Amino acid sequence: MCDPQRVLAFLDFTGHWNPALAFTMGGAILVAAPAFLYVRKGRVDLMGQAVELPGRFNINRRLIGGSAIFGVGWGLSGICPGPGLLLLTAGSAQSFVFMGGVIVGIFALRLLPRGTPAQRRKEDNERAPS
Amino acid sequence: MTADLLRSLGGGMLIGAGAAVLLLLNGRIAGISGILESTVHGVFGTKGWRIAFLVGLVLPVALLGLGAIEFPQGLPVLAVSGMLVGFGTRLGSGCTSGHGVCGLANLSPRSLLATLTFMIVAAATVFLVRHGSVLWHS
Repeated sequence: MCDPQRVLAFLDFTGHWNPALAFTMGGAILVAAPAFLYVRKGRVDLMGQAVELPGRFNINRRLIGGSAIFGVGWGLSGICPGPGLLLLTAGSAQSFVFMGGVIVGIFALRLLPRGTPAQRRKEDNERAPS
Repeated sequence: MTADLLRSLGGGMLIGAGAAVLLLLNGRIAGISGILESTVHGVFGTKGWRIAFLVGLVLPVALLGLGAIEFPQGLPVLAVSGMLVGFGTRLGSGCTSGHGVCGLANLSPRSLLATLTFMIVAAATVFLVRHGSVLWHS
């Protein structure tokens, strides 16, 4: 699923729609779900360490706005952060330009009020039952 | 086609297994954009597990290769796309792995909303890029 063309073929409902990404995400969710259920119920991992999962119910403008901005970027290239990293291994100029942009975008967030990771995490978990 | 979809499913199950192992043994969520951000900033507690995770993520691909990848866009569009992806995923606290895989596996309404938002906006963006000129000229 690192191939941008396959991702774009999933996102394009007008052409020859390729459902592969849905199978990939579905398979991943099915396998990961029992692990999340275990940790959510017990609040510990298998090593006995306490784990605090992110709040599941706190929906704010930042979540929607950020996801929409991500959607525009993802739709333009067909590349999201994981595949972007893996594409670097081929050493293409395109992959380095893309990931360079990702890092610029990450740093640009610092310019916003309450933009540091700690402040965002705090806001995400405010008034949020787990 | 069917074999291709089964391979996609199998690949997804491996991704899910990776996320499960990271959560069960290290108590962490396999959100690539977040791990990337913390690694880049290098200020969030210990970085060791993140670097190990990223190396483990990239290593098999570096060894086995990805095959021929054809990029649909030129460098300027890729640069803009990357900036939007970096900014948007961190503003929204997750990408396809953090919200799309881990959040949905955790049955999180918050992640479901984020995933629907970036899926729908991305599909609309692809539509405009590929067919926008039709709308423009009609």
